[in-house]
Amino acid sequence: MAAAQERWHAGVIPYAQMGYYAPDYVPQDTDVLAAFRITPQPGVPPEEAGAAVAGESSTATWTVVWTDRLTAYDHYQAKCYRVDPVPGREGEYIAYIAYDIDLFEEGSIPNLTSSIIGNVFGFKALKALRLEDMRIPLHYIKTYQGPPHGIVMEREYLNKYGRPLLGATTKPKLGLSARNYGRVVYEALRGGLDFTKDDENINSQPFMRWRDRFLFTMEAVNRAQERTGEIKGHYLNVTAATMEDMYERADFAASLGSVIVMIDLTVGYTAMHSMSRWARRNGVILHLHRAGHSTYTRQKSHGVSFRVIAKWCRMIGVDHVHAGTVVGKLEGDPANVRGYYDTLREARIPCHPAQGIYFDQDWGSMPGTMPVASGGIHAGQMHQLLGYLGEDVVLQFGGGTIGHPMGIAAGATANRVATEAMIKARNEGRDVAREGEDILRDAARRCQPLQVALDTWGEITFNYEPTDTPDVVATPTA
Amino acid sequence: MSAGAEPVPRGFAMPRPGPPAGEGPADGADPADGTVLAGAADPVGGTVLADGADPADGTVLAGAADPVGGTVLAGGADPAGLEPLAPDDTVDLAAQEQALRISQLLGRLDAEFIGLAPVKDRVREIAALLLIDRLRGRYGLTSSRPSLHMCFTGSPGTGKTTVATHMGELLRELGYLRKGQLVSVTRDDLVGQYVGHTAPKTKEVLKRAMGGVLLIDEAYYLYRPENERDYGQESIEILLQFMEAHREDLVVILAGYADRMDTFFRSNPGMASRIAHHIDFPDFTLDELLQIGEKMLERGQYRLSPAAGEAFAEYVRLRMSQPRFANARSIRNAIDRLRLRQARRLVAAGGVLARGDLMEISAEDVRASRVFRDADRAGGDRGGLAGKPAPPAPS
Amino acid sequence: MRITQGTFSYLPDLTDDEIRAQVQYSIDQGWAVAVEFSDDPHPRNVLWEMWGLPMFGIADAAAAMHEVSGCRAAYPGHYIRVSAYDASLGRQTTALSFIVNRPAAEPGFRLDRQEASDRRIRYSLHPHATDQPAGERYGSVSAAPGNVMPNGVRGGS
Repeated sequence: MAAAQERWHAGVIPYAQMGYYAPDYVPQDTDVLAAFRITPQPGVPPEEAGAAVAGESSTATWTVVWTDRLTAYDHYQAKCYRVDPVPGREGEYIAYIAYDIDLFEEGSIPNLTSSIIGNVFGFKALKALRLEDMRIPLHYIKTYQGPPHGIVMEREYLNKYGRPLLGATTKPKLGLSARNYGRVVYEALRGGLDFTKDDENINSQPFMRWRDRFLFTMEAVNRAQERTGEIKGHYLNVTAATMEDMYERADFAASLGSVIVMIDLTVGYTAMHSMSRWARRNGVILHLHRAGHSTYTRQKSHGVSFRVIAKWCRMIGVDHVHAGTVVGKLEGDPANVRGYYDTLREARIPCHPAQGIYFDQDWGSMPGTMPVASGGIHAGQMHQLLGYLGEDVVLQFGGGTIGHPMGIAAGATANRVATEAMIKARNEGRDVAREGEDILRDAARRCQPLQVALDTWGEITFNYEPTDTPDVVATPTA
Repeated sequence: MSAGAEPVPRGFAMPRPGPPAGEGPADGADPADGTVLAGAADPVGGTVLADGADPADGTVLAGAADPVGGTVLAGGADPAGLEPLAPDDTVDLAAQEQALRISQLLGRLDAEFIGLAPVKDRVREIAALLLIDRLRGRYGLTSSRPSLHMCFTGSPGTGKTTVATHMGELLRELGYLRKGQLVSVTRDDLVGQYVGHTAPKTKEVLKRAMGGVLLIDEAYYLYRPENERDYGQESIEILLQFMEAHREDLVVILAGYADRMDTFFRSNPGMASRIAHHIDFPDFTLDELLQIGEKMLERGQYRLSPAAGEAFAEYVRLRMSQPRFANARSIRNAIDRLRLRQARRLVAAGGVLARGDLMEISAEDVRASRVFRDADRAGGDRGGLAGKPAPPAPS
Repeated sequence: MRITQGTFSYLPDLTDDEIRAQVQYSIDQGWAVAVEFSDDPHPRNVLWEMWGLPMFGIADAAAAMHEVSGCRAAYPGHYIRVSAYDASLGRQTTALSFIVNRPAAEPGFRLDRQEASDRRIRYSLHPHATDQPAGERYGSVSAAPGNVMPNGVRGGS
């Protein structure tokens, strides 16, 4: 009775005393788990900070409220069950929080997001806060549609197996008119790429409206199919201001026979859910460009890690999502990128701190999302790309195709030949990491466009210190 | 070996050629220092089987999987032993054997199989032939790939399947087969029941065996001339084609009783002409069978009491002369029955048991066998050991 | 022209040794290897005729090469491909697929356009080869697919 009096007495008590810090709690298989990297303000104990995050992302508010007693209170409150200091980073901790599955609406990422990160990041008691990883229980995974098609179905649809798929973003980013846009698409596809792509900011601007772009693009895609006898596609960007506009554009793309459409992350999770359903209903592959994510995924101390975004994207789901290149122009630590790729592709991902994976994740039978590597990569890096990223990936060489001295088609051919040669050599048992450059040079002897590509870009690398690396590094043993 | 001659590397019947007169051993190393032998004593750390029985499971023995092995040889820059040789080069035979791990494999054969002397000799001969052929190849001398198809004749339980498995590995180590796996079939796996069934069935089996050894047990059943609707002939034809066209990909071993195999070959000269090596597997002697039994018991952590040992010797001697004796397999079956009787005895007796009781097999367990009763009834000679009193009546 | 279907179609035609290496890789991965043939090069023609069943449980590529030779002998003027199938959980699909035989001359496709309203066009791809009946394309007078099967057995199905 005394404890109850104390708990429900009006006023402010520490979150930890309200039950939000529960070190004896054993997470259930049905709980949603989250790992937050917390940097408490000076003077705030880490357990209290963890409890505060748990509280503010579930049932609490800053003061005791009697109405809590109208509910089965301890069922709904999140529990911070563990707080670990981060070695080597003073003042930073990882707080593990468990949420009961009942807190969330089935099949709704907007709800999951609003719940977990909707309220907590501006909290004054924390200097910085980052959502590092989440464990979604299989019970909850099953309420989501998942990728409209998935990696296996996409390959069967395109009839392309055993190698990475190849793409390129049409360049220049802005300014081309529709007909010339079609020309770029045609040249790249007939040269050997599987896909070309609208850039994320190509929606429907004064210099080129969406309908015109779609018509000329599909002309180019079909012409390329005629020239090669392969199935080709161009990601038609249907991002728009309203859902109605998006449906209108997507339906038009489907009616023209496009195998694939794309949307930007900036349309929001609700629109992504709608488009995901649309894509499955209409048999069209759905590509997602992660536009804008770096505003909150890049800094190690604050924001949301991309691996969580990747998880959400797969759940909603999408068939493609950009996930990093490691060796290209955009941010990507190799171990972290490996973690993203596994999260998107694998069925069962075990906890792996060196790759930033904090929890075991079981996706059940949800198909995988094809990761897309895009940004500053070229044929000369093919051995590294295959080594870091594997085979089930879309490699996009925008500049690396269109900037080729011999022309766009030659650029495309160079990339295709490099990919096939590297896969062939790997299957034959050669050590791609060590002999990669020899393999490329060999293949270039029978393919002049590849030789020119290697000559033009062979020396280009992007080596900067990554801003976001895993806390744990595997120690090499003898 | 005559006194004073160089010691012969174990596992090989032929002496190593000594250095030409007037020259010392190359590079100062002493080729007689026995570096080759380590492998034979400890068959690459795997369990010593030595039961001579035909294992149904065709276990792949440890160490056989890595033909190159990376062994460091005295003066050897060519661990795989495959580099071409200039006309003036010489080859250290021991080093070459070591490189190809022949001695190890043959040593294992020696250690694991009791008896089977003629078989081991033939296997050594074949290994020697292939080794020389390989060396000739390195010198660029013409070495057309010798035919490797074989025929194993003998009673059941004499080790034909096990030796076939070893053969597969040996040939793989020597580079004559790519994988060395054993596919073991009988007539029913090859011959169909209706028109058009046989060819795909036989081809399916052949495809699975490519890269390794195909063992056809009781192959003579393929040939049934008295039944004109029999499809065995079709299978034989396909086998003949494959044995010729795919000599690089496959070794066929036929197995069965010698006399029936003879008849089969007489009626199928095409098949006979393709078999390069005939190896006969003699029945085991009484002593060999007892040794085999002893190894089996040892491996199973059982032991015979002294009286049981004598009884068992009698048992085996009697059993050998009775019908359907299957050599090592019959020994295995007998031991299984001994275990059963021991268990029955112990449980019936009840009371307190010690560890030793669980391991010991008594004469009673042995004498309970029907073999003794049958021999009695036949008035047969059960003793053979002069002066021995008659054993107690079986329970 | 040269249709570029299959994993290695931008590389020079694979030699038998190279094919063998790819088949051995597939076998080592635990995949089943199958040989298929067709004379219809349309990209949406995914179900080519099977030359025998997929080969499960073979240990050596020689077995598959034997079937490839057999198929080439029976259908020299057809497209022939080798596919490797991965039956493991989560995949259960083709893992690798590449062309090992082509007709001597590939006439390519014709793109047909049917104009609909509001500048929309309905496209359809017509392979020139399919102007001839199946089995008589690419200068071949061999039996229609399905009439010659592995093992030389002739049958209708």
